[in-house]
This record gives sequence, C-alpha cells and structure tokens, in this order.
Amino acid sequence: MLDKFGIAKRIAKELQDGYYVNLGIGIPTLVANYVPEGIEVILQSENGLLGIGPFPYADEVDADLINAGKQTVTTTNGSSFFDSAMSFGMIRSGRVDLTVLGAMEVAENGDIANWKIPGKMVKGMGGAMDLVASAKNIIVAMQHVNKAGESKLLKRCSLPITGLGCVKKVVTELGVFDIVPEGFKLLERAPGVSVDYIKEKTEGNLIVDGEIPEMILD
Amino acid sequence: MLKKIVSNADEAIKDIQDGAVIMLGGFGLCGIPENSITALVKKGVKNLTCISNNAGVDDFGIGLMLKTRQVKKMISSYVGENAEFERQLLSGELEVELIPQGTLATRCMATGYGMPAIYTPAGVGTEVAVGKETREFDGKMYLLEHAFKSDFAIVKAWKGDSHGNLIFRATSRNFNPLMAMAGKITIAEVEELYEAGELNPDEIHTPGIYVNRIFKGSDYEKRIEQVTTRLKA
Repeated sequence: MLDKFGIAKRIAKELQDGYYVNLGIGIPTLVANYVPEGIEVILQSENGLLGIGPFPYADEVDADLINAGKQTVTTTNGSSFFDSAMSFGMIRSGRVDLTVLGAMEVAENGDIANWKIPGKMVKGMGGAMDLVASAKNIIVAMQHVNKAGESKLLKRCSLPITGLGCVKKVVTELGVFDIVPEGFKLLERAPGVSVDYIKEKTEGNLIVDGEIPEMILD
Repeated sequence: MLKKIVSNADEAIKDIQDGAVIMLGGFGLCGIPENSITALVKKGVKNLTCISNNAGVDDFGIGLMLKTRQVKKMISSYVGENAEFERQLLSGELEVELIPQGTLATRCMATGYGMPAIYTPAGVGTEVAVGKETREFDGKMYLLEHAFKSDFAIVKAWKGDSHGNLIFRATSRNFNPLMAMAGKITIAEVEELYEAGELNPDEIHTPGIYVNRIFKGSDYEKRIEQVTTRLKA
C-alpha cells in the first residue's frame, strides 16, 4: 500500500519532457518533488504564475509570491506572471498538458466530485471546474476509501459533480486505474496489495484483464 | 486636469453606501486592498455584496467585514480557511454564490471589455449550470455567463501614478487588473505613488482610464496564509 508520497511518486512517472502541468492542492502538490531526472516540466499556478520554483529559503519569503494553495514559493528561470483571466485562458484553450487534482469521488464514467458536501462542508470549487472542463489529460490523486471506509471509486458520484466524464486516470494508495468505457481498468497494484483487496474496496465496475503487475516506483 | 489622487482610504470609500456591490481584488490574502477594507469596517456600511475570489481568514481581509456582519452576500470561488464564513453560510445568515474561478475572472474581464456575456465550459452538467443558457460549439457544451455589474471595484497595486496607471507585483496581480476594469467606480490603493511620467508606459498593466481614484496606502501587513520554506543545504 502506498502513502501519499508514494501516490505522488507514481503520478510523477506520468510526466513527460516539456509538459505544462497544473497541480492541485494536497497530494498533487507533492508530485513536484518527484519529477524524474532529465525531464523538464513547467508548473502552472492558477493564481498567475507559470514556472513555480521551490519553496523559498526563510530569508527570501515574499508575501506577493504564492501558489494556488497560498503557500510561499519562488520563481524559476523562465517564469512569468499574469492575471487570473489569462491564467484560465491558458487552461481553457488547452495549453496545459496535464492536470492532477484530488477528489472526494470519481465515477466509472469519469465524473468527478470534489467541491461540496451538502449541509456539511462548503469550500467551493476554486479553479477545479474550469480545469476539469478543459484539461486534455486529468489524473486524480486520492485515497481509495473515505474516512468511513467507503469506496471513492463509484458507479455514479453521490456528491455534487465538479465535471462530467473528464477523468482519464486515478492513482490511489491501492493501485493505478484507467477510466475506459466499461469502468475502472486496473493497470497496476500497489506493493503488497492483492487484486481481491482492490475489488473489495472498489464499488464501481473494476476491469481486471490478465495478470496485474505490481508497480515499480524507483 | 485629472484629479484622481485622494488622500487616504477613508476619502476613497466615503460614498460607498449600504447595499453596495463591491469587487475586491486579491487571491487569498495576496494582493488584497488592506487599507480600504479597514476603512470599510470603520465606516460600518452594511448589506454589502462582495465579489472576491476568497473571503479572507477569520481576522484578516474580508474576514474582518464578515465578523462585523457587514456582508449580505459573497460571490466567490473558494471560501475555505475561514471558520466564521462557514458558520454564517451553513446557518443561512450569509448568502453565498460560488462560481468557478475562471468564470469569476472572465466575467470581470467581460465587463472591462464591454462585452455583456461569455461562453465557458466550466460547470456544464453541475449545480452551477442550473437555470443558465447553454449552447453547443464544435460538439462541446458551454454555459452563458454574464458580465458583472458592480458599484465599486477596489484593487491593490504595487505602483501607481497620478493618472491612475497601475503596475502589479508577482502573484499579487491575480484578480486586481480584471476588477480594476470592471467597477463603475474603481478605487486603487498602491504601495508607491508617482507623478504621471515617472512610470514606463511599456510596463503599465492597467491603463489609468479604468481607475477613478488612487491613493498611497500605508502600514501594509501583507499577511501570509502559509509560510513554506526550505532549509539551506
């Protein structure tokens, strides 16, 4: 089974040289720490920064320079700043190659829910609805089950939807899944996790085609 | 003679009345018009509708106006990080309209560009789409979203001049130039105020035609929500 760092590490293997990537808050942000050697990716922050650098040293913290998670960051060679309309312009017009975001629920048809639990939690969608409506490739990074132990990979989302039929791939602590017309196609198992265990924890239709390899992280 | 410079925030906001619709720039606490918010709290205007990406935190930014119950309605994209906001929202004391962040930005842009509405795919098939006109272009569905109407836009810039030209710094730019274009009356507070001619025209982000009042702010706290650092090797 993977911890959140393992999930981030596995997603980092999906990065390709020259990709422009938008990383959501939480586990997705960690993906930046595992960019494979020898490839260059440019991280987009929806609050108006292309080319997110590492966290600043304590003596270079700048209140005017933050990421979408409101954390202090730095620029890097080739960075640029822009306003929020242009930020979503580059997202909407399909310039961002990969979007990684968290979710409360994903359905076997690619629907995603991650912005609201009616009557309980209302934080808002932020940029998620814009991202999922326009991104070419969306990977969801999330825990396989919720705090009550219920599957988050469902037949249909029960929470208010963020976007329809948009998720392409899901990486959880248990495995890697592609969303195909028939449901969640299991591609890889996390170390030490059996196919039967994944089946038990997946409410949506799980497709197991032949022998499923254990993922290789390093 | 252009007379845009006012002496301080109190003077800049003096004609904002109860029930006004106000845009406030900033993303989180980054690039928020601190001086004007303080002045609005002091003036005590009520029943405000605030259009702003976020709602501050409990004791800073728009959070200060929530605490004093001056806000009737918030139009935002993300309102986490604010316990008092969530309490007022869940109890029904505060009206909230949540809209996608790109839609929020583009509805401001549309106003400033003199366009009545825009089409966006964000929110198709979700609660956001309820009651909205949809249209298909090249096989994909889009929502019609209207340009914002507001009485005042209040923005924060790094540098400004006596003609109202503005320059923003780093990610504190965010919604500020968009809202600056969208207010019926636009108020800009700046860290550094110059005479016309002192700023390079090539570096202006917001041309002064969009700005009605400008003042040099003071005592900026520039609070950071999450200080994240790395250690020196």
